[in-house]
Amino acid sequence: MIDFESTLKISLRSLKVNKMRSILTSLGIIIGVSAVIIMLSIGEGAKQRINKDIASMGSNLLMVMSGSTTSSGVRMGSGTQPTLTIKDSEAMLKHCPSVLEVAPTVSQVQQLVYSNQNWSTTVNGITPGYMPIRMWEVETGRGISEDDLKNNTKVALLGTTVTENLFGDMDPINKTVRIGGMPFKIIGILKSKGQNGMGQDQDDTVLIPITTAQKKLFGTDFPGMVKHISVQAKDENSLESAQEEITELLRERHNLGKTKEDDFTIRNFTQMLETAKQASNTMAILLGSIASVSLLVGGIGIMNIMLVSVTERTKEIGIRMAIGATAMDIRIQFLFEALLLSLAGGFLGVIVGVLGSKIVGLFSEMTVIISPIPVLISFGFAGIVGILFGYYPAYKASLLNPIEALRYE
Amino acid sequence: MKLIEIKNLIKTYETGDTSFNALNDVSLSVDTGEFVAIMGASGSGKSTCMNILGCLDKPTSGSYFLDGIDVSKMSMNELSTIRNRKLGFVFQGFNLIPRTSALENVEMPMIYKGVPPEERIKRAKAALKIVGLEYRENHLPNQMSGGQQQRVAIARAIVNDAPIILADEPTGNLDTKTSIEVMEFFVKLNDTGKTIILVTHEPDIAQYCKRIVRFKDGNIISDEINTNRTEVKSA
Ligand SMILES: Nc1ncnc2c1ncn2[C@@H]1O[C@H](COP(=O)(O)OP(=O)(O)O)[C@@H](O)[C@H]1O
Ligand SMILES: [Mg+2]
Repeated sequence: MIDFESTLKISLRSLKVNKMRSILTSLGIIIGVSAVIIMLSIGEGAKQRINKDIASMGSNLLMVMSGSTTSSGVRMGSGTQPTLTIKDSEAMLKHCPSVLEVAPTVSQVQQLVYSNQNWSTTVNGITPGYMPIRMWEVETGRGISEDDLKNNTKVALLGTTVTENLFGDMDPINKTVRIGGMPFKIIGILKSKGQNGMGQDQDDTVLIPITTAQKKLFGTDFPGMVKHISVQAKDENSLESAQEEITELLRERHNLGKTKEDDFTIRNFTQMLETAKQASNTMAILLGSIASVSLLVGGIGIMNIMLVSVTERTKEIGIRMAIGATAMDIRIQFLFEALLLSLAGGFLGVIVGVLGSKIVGLFSEMTVIISPIPVLISFGFAGIVGILFGYYPAYKASLLNPIEALRYE
Repeated sequence: MKLIEIKNLIKTYETGDTSFNALNDVSLSVDTGEFVAIMGASGSGKSTCMNILGCLDKPTSGSYFLDGIDVSKMSMNELSTIRNRKLGFVFQGFNLIPRTSALENVEMPMIYKGVPPEERIKRAKAALKIVGLEYRENHLPNQMSGGQQQRVAIARAIVNDAPIILADEPTGNLDTKTSIEVMEFFVKLNDTGKTIILVTHEPDIAQYCKRIVRFKDGNIISDEINTNRTEVKSA
């Protein structure tokens, strides 16, 4: 029986004779394999990004925001008109069984000054519940306590971006920073969260007690109002019931009756992530269909070209049989050529796929992660296609009658 | 025991609704070391007989013992092995594998026999040397003359140490001068003990052989020792 090395040599020679034809034949496989790789890279990227977003934003999170989406027929941005109060948030915790924790927040952009450095950023007035809900942790120092709230203390926690811009390498703990001209003692640094899914720097933030913000720092026309309330539902399944309970409660508390529109907006982040996940799934399904069609077309192309090759080389097959090749030798030979053709296509497809994934990552908002297993899987696919579609031509070649094959011109 | 022994061989071709006997009760035996010319008009059944002798085809009826083994009942796969081990072919059209060097063409039968690469190359080179083409081993078929190609084919036929060489009109595509060169190689090979059966319709070529068998309409009409053999000067 023929050995591997000779099979390889004979196959390479015959593929080399028709270089252009071989490359064109592999095109379907190249496209198929690269589509599989891009698909899986996008899928993996989306999965990891969503997991990261959930981890950095908080799970089972609802955001209740002041302001209606429309007001007297004029569309207003949510949060433009403060309608929510701390009392609302306390009522939610008390009356809505699906709500686990609430965190009312006020926020304003303020200028921070330390020595000759200054930095403008969003300052959030919060309650102690805010940090666990929104997945914030303290890197050094301490968090905001109930006492801070009770005494309206002028203390602040800084995000790492703010720390770097104001203090550089210095340790800011217990230093005094001026926020909106008012001195605040820095009690802690927040652990870095990096960028969120929308590319915003989450570490560019300052946290102070909500009472201090309301009563001392933010000059507001609506005392006691909050900008938004972060709500943590009991679990993923109670998100919708929490949303319903809050809507009912707030409509009642705000005396909206039956006809008036909501003067607040509830956003479900898990739902938004779900939408993002679906979008990336749709993309993956699209690429998946391109991939399977391409692989099918590629396989048919290989079968076609191998049938042509068998016909072209009928005489050669006759010669080989005359000098002692068995039907099995001939079958192995042609099957191997088909396999080589598809693996060559698979190899080029891997290159195109990896480059394509990088390009998608560079020029779109999607996160793309190339991992070795999808690359191996798609390469394996190419090989399977080659064997499946190469089998029939190889079988046909092996059935040739040596005398008739030798007589073929 | 005869090296080749065929008895009452019949080969019938069915074409449409007519059937035709290309071989009509042919019996022939050949001893080791013989050099047989098969002659006859075109269509007389020479190639049909050679194909059966070469285990490329099976008879419709009759028996064929090769080296004492009944090959008429063997499967195509078993016949492949017999061809590989016992038979060397030389064809009218040379039938070298295109785009493949002389050396690799000669290696080919050993590849299917499973001879390891180093030994393959050694033996192929030796075979090419016998036919005087050791300086052409890297030439492709289309870079060689007809005579050279046929010598490569002869090297390929002997490389597996097959005891029998079957040549169907090996000089049919060659001019007189190269035909003589090629025939001289066959004579030399026969001198080293190989059994050769050679089809030709040229009397001059048949004169190199020791025995002449004539075919007509699928029958052997004469089988005689060649008393007028052309002498080949040993080199
Ligand atoms: N495959 C075939 N099918 C039908 N008839 C065939 C076939 N092969 C050969 N023949 C016929 O058998 C006869 C003998 O052919 P062949 O052995 O090739 O003659 P030769 O080699 O002596 O010229 C011819 O009449 C030819 O037409
Ligand atoms: Mg003939």
